[in-house]
Amino acid sequence: MIRIERRLEQPRWLTIAVPIGSVVVAVGVMTIVLLVTHHPPGHTFRRLVDAAFVGQDDLNNTFVSATPLVFTGLCAAIAFRMQLFNIGGEGQLYAGAIVGAAAGLVLGNHSGWLSVPAMIAAGAAGGAALALIPALLRAFLATNEIITSLMLNYVAALVLDYLIFDSQSYWRDTSSATAKVFPQGKNLPAAANWPAAHLGGIVLPFGFLVAVVLAVLLWVLYSRTRFGFEVQVIGDSPRAASYAGMRTRRKVLAVMGLSGALAGIGGASQDGDFRHTLDPRGLSAAGYGYAGIVIAALGRYNPFAVVVIAFLIGGLQNAGYTLQGADFPSGLVGVMQGLILFCALGGELLIRYRLRLPRRRRVEAAEVVA
Amino acid sequence: MILAAGGINNSIVVVVLASAVVYGTPLLYAALGELLAERAGVLNLGVEGMMLVGAVMGFWAVQRIGNLALSIAVAALAGAAMALIHAFLVVTLRANQIVSGLALTIFAGAAGLSSYLGNDLNLADQPARHAFAAVFPHSWQTTPVIGPILLQQTWLVYASWVCVALVALYLNRTRLGLNVRAVGESPAAADAMGIDVTRYRYLHTIAGGAFAGVGGATFSLAITPSWVDGLTSGAGWIAIALVIFAFWRPTLCLVGAYFFGAFSGLPFTLQSRGVTIAPELTQALPYVMTIVVLVLVSSAGARRRLGAPGALGTPYVREER
Repeated sequence: MIRIERRLEQPRWLTIAVPIGSVVVAVGVMTIVLLVTHHPPGHTFRRLVDAAFVGQDDLNNTFVSATPLVFTGLCAAIAFRMQLFNIGGEGQLYAGAIVGAAAGLVLGNHSGWLSVPAMIAAGAAGGAALALIPALLRAFLATNEIITSLMLNYVAALVLDYLIFDSQSYWRDTSSATAKVFPQGKNLPAAANWPAAHLGGIVLPFGFLVAVVLAVLLWVLYSRTRFGFEVQVIGDSPRAASYAGMRTRRKVLAVMGLSGALAGIGGASQDGDFRHTLDPRGLSAAGYGYAGIVIAALGRYNPFAVVVIAFLIGGLQNAGYTLQGADFPSGLVGVMQGLILFCALGGELLIRYRLRLPRRRRVEAAEVVA
Repeated sequence: MILAAGGINNSIVVVVLASAVVYGTPLLYAALGELLAERAGVLNLGVEGMMLVGAVMGFWAVQRIGNLALSIAVAALAGAAMALIHAFLVVTLRANQIVSGLALTIFAGAAGLSSYLGNDLNLADQPARHAFAAVFPHSWQTTPVIGPILLQQTWLVYASWVCVALVALYLNRTRLGLNVRAVGESPAAADAMGIDVTRYRYLHTIAGGAFAGVGGATFSLAITPSWVDGLTSGAGWIAIALVIFAFWRPTLCLVGAYFFGAFSGLPFTLQSRGVTIAPELTQALPYVMTIVVLVLVSSAGARRRLGAPGALGTPYVREER
């Protein structure tokens, strides 16, 4: 048997080698799967990469797919750092989309200088409010946040459906001709549409820029402030933290609130950047929240890594949508994501532990005796 | 069918209860499996993915082989194979159980392996060659009250009752079951007693996957019976909630599954009778109630009394305890 020993120091090169190795292994396994199921692997992968990252339109679409993933990835990353397993990013994104859309609808007649920041704030508030439910339960009643945040995803999704499909809510379009046939949300006024930055032919959504700025701020918060240090200590050893007099309860509330706010801004960005209406079907079909957890784990909960990986996974998802059709194996993108993550999870072992073959040790021992 | 019986069999209570049993059965299978894994200390959030792979492979088997019992076996194997990935990652490689479970759902679920397989094997838009039908003759099914609720069901429903009894006996009345609970409660103590923690965790996670596979096949071989991408539509997540709702007890799982099943079918029954109620309201109830139950059981004393496995979600490493 191979012995597994804990490493005292985690070598830096491994933290980069493992994600790259994961992708390589995942591609290898996928190649075998494609060969077995009679799809040409080279051609399939080339189409995938083409549709994700080559050409202006494809890149622009990849930014569209990546934007919500950066938000939900950051949402998961900052909570998981404290061993606070907020898997409610999905629901918190919906909550942000609901409250953000309300802000957009109310303030849309004013200028964008007012309505866009208001939507961001509203989205953050909505997401944070939903995240505070599991946070309060965890902090004061010791209720496991994993399951409560997971359940709230479904509640939030149902609220979203209810607002558009089964009620005459403020968000629902009840006047236009198409809305009479198929229920849909009200269109946001023009001032509530978020601007986009044009770099050459590349369109960077405003939400993406906001997400990148937030990633930088979070990195500063987590690596350069007392708050971040305490969060890290609580995550590594709750007991040591409480001996040191850190206020765990407050941190739970703050981190969950922040985490939910990030996902919530992602929801508001869906309204303002892309959909321009509250769109229950589109939001819930995408599964941004769950993908965010995967991205956070792949990035080892580092904000910058989250941005990069969200872009790559966004590309993969975008390619999946584009290539949907009879001649492209459906489900390939999900399988790829899963495989990459499995490998990365396995690779985590290599970062944290050292694998030793006992035979070599026996030889060493023999040499010492000799 | 039952409408012809008229009278009491057409009353809303009977109709809702009958649909509760139908829609509760896949939840029951999946929850029993998750319960086994969780009792051994392994949280598997990949239930939805395992169910979907079970559903697609079970349907493939019935189209290919035509034998229903064999198809269920195939579905169970497929679910078990998915669970094996999770077991390897979290038991041997000590990966984070939450992330690994979610990864499994992404890997195997809708837009993942299950849709890859379903489309590659051309299973969409095919009528099932065989499907589970009611076991008892038609005349029995018109018996007042118990006819539609209990006698109109398929083998899968009756088998699920046997499974509940077997799992309950196994956990509470056998030496092996005691060992399982020890592994989930305190792996270090179990290890000191000479119980192979790794083997127990592997076997119960895999058994959990097999149950989830059967739960998925309940959709594709009895309820729908056909295959469409993502046909379980979130049942796997409800099953995870159900385990907590049932305080990790198999018999309460049975009650809870039908309770949750009733809520998922209720709005449609009401709608067909002209009562318009937003379906979201009843559909949200199971989730909200699970949160309430979770809060009620989360004080340390209550947790111990009610059976939450103490070491749920934590890897066991002998050298680091």
